[in-house]
Amino acid sequence: MEQIDKKHSPGFPLLKSVLKHRILYAMLIPGIVYLFIFKYIPLFGSVIAFKDYNIYKGIWASDWVGFKYFYQFFNYPQFTRLLWNTLAISFYQTIFAFPAPIILALLLNELRNAAFKRSVQTILYLPHFLSWVIIGGLGYMLMSPQVGLINQWIAAFGFEKIHFLQEPGYFRSIIITSGIWKEMGWNAIIFLAALAGISPSLYEAAKIDGAGRWKQFLHITMPGILPAVMLLLLLKIGHTLDLGFEQIYIFLNPITYATGDVLDTYSYREGIIQGKYSMTTAIGLFKAVVGFLLLLMANRASKSLTGQGIF
Amino acid sequence: MQIRRSLGEKIFDAANVIILALACVTVIIPILHVIASSLSSTNALIHAKVSIWPVDFNWSNYEAVMKNKTFWRSFSISIFVVVVGTLINMLMTIFTAYPLSKSYLRGKNAILIYIVFTMIFYPPMIPVYLVVKDIGLINTVWAMIIPVALSQFNLLICLTFFRSLPEELFEAARVDGMGEMRMVMQIAVPLSKPIMMTLGLFYAVFHWNSYATALLYITKTHLKPLQLYLYNLVAKSDMNDMLAIAAESTTQLNPQGLQMATIMVATVPIVIIYPFIQKHFIKGALIGSVKE
Repeated sequence: MEQIDKKHSPGFPLLKSVLKHRILYAMLIPGIVYLFIFKYIPLFGSVIAFKDYNIYKGIWASDWVGFKYFYQFFNYPQFTRLLWNTLAISFYQTIFAFPAPIILALLLNELRNAAFKRSVQTILYLPHFLSWVIIGGLGYMLMSPQVGLINQWIAAFGFEKIHFLQEPGYFRSIIITSGIWKEMGWNAIIFLAALAGISPSLYEAAKIDGAGRWKQFLHITMPGILPAVMLLLLLKIGHTLDLGFEQIYIFLNPITYATGDVLDTYSYREGIIQGKYSMTTAIGLFKAVVGFLLLLMANRASKSLTGQGIF
Repeated sequence: MQIRRSLGEKIFDAANVIILALACVTVIIPILHVIASSLSSTNALIHAKVSIWPVDFNWSNYEAVMKNKTFWRSFSISIFVVVVGTLINMLMTIFTAYPLSKSYLRGKNAILIYIVFTMIFYPPMIPVYLVVKDIGLINTVWAMIIPVALSQFNLLICLTFFRSLPEELFEAARVDGMGEMRMVMQIAVPLSKPIMMTLGLFYAVFHWNSYATALLYITKTHLKPLQLYLYNLVAKSDMNDMLAIAAESTTQLNPQGLQMATIMVATVPIVIIYPFIQKHFIKGALIGSVKE
């Protein structure tokens, strides 16, 4: 009774404010409900990693089994292969694919002809809008031993044709190359913006002091984009175990599992197709925890090295 | 004032132009090779004569694709998902962002934390799958729309933009007796037209290009969107699909030529809108990066 009285009393500002803006609050309902159903429920539903998920009992009534599925996954004979493949591809991405757009932005920045610069950008941004399936198709065609252009060239030089997609040795190179091909141009936009944000007066002052283009690049351009580079590097490290399922899955086949089967593709096969829900959720949680720890570590390292971090 | 370039600079500038031109060539050649292959004769393909120019130019691969009913069914499912999905995405984004852009709305920080939390801690694939399954969305077109009804990232972009709109405009409208719903549609959205275009295109391209959601939630052939159809055609070299296409054709067709023609038809919508989207996308990518 007391509460009801309180609610109706004019002196209760929160309720008055809520009632006054009830339409605004009502607008928020679909978004809040969506996030609750598709983000929060599955987040709590991740407890099935610690349970024996039973279709008939559902998420909440299934029996607790503790860390059984984590043990099972860590003791799985291919566990090291999965983890190693994931880490190796991620490492190559960081070494080769991450710097590509930075270098591209720096080269574009040095161009003197604006029309040429625009044309290059238009062409290099295009692949970003093609789906991974289409790029997969381009790749299959290009590397096809029967009709593909690359093997035509290899044959023209008198070498043996190569079944690129059927050779585990080429898988990681294909992933890195196709990733650069698709996203190099697009990812350069952020760095181009960082470059555009450098004050022209810095360059003017450097010129007066007699600094050539190389000196300007070293002492103005590089420090100017460093914050953007660090930020994106941190985000990349936080996503070390997320490699982009769509990309890997389109090129992967059982022959290339040896070098290309990663945590995500394994989770999909075992989880969705085989129905091992609890075990693959354990993999998902493992990924989330490792990703979060890596992010914390990288953030700390970045703070002590450059004084910048995300949080 | 033109400062004279040193020899070293001249060499660098020339090398720079060459490197960037080569990068462009690397992007263009695979695309030309696919176009050329799709327009060449079976004979030329088998003997690996096609590089970047069609040999024995003909449209027979395209004719076969055009006649293929499975392809067009997948195509129309994709169109449906793009149109309805993007519409729902935009409504969700706009109506969630608008109230949160009001500085006087109580509890908005709590709701923002509620939203941002899901960006840092996102659920693994399987529990999401189980929820989608429990709701009964598996093997319906809605499985490709409702589980991805809102992108928190795009929501934050939209929110940033709405915040920059002057509150006086809304005050004046309120004095005139305009309701909140009409204010959203008649003031906030028209004033944010560039960002609305950008977000709409972000969502539309996502829907058109994504195959992971369909791979997870769609197993019935007649519900497969275009990208999943292409996936089966390309990665699995689905012989049933291939035979179905070839059976409807009178001439002997090469599977790879057919694959490439199908891929080209699926790419056409993107290529047509590309000049238009490029401008908007760059703006969006920049706003997005500032937000990060």
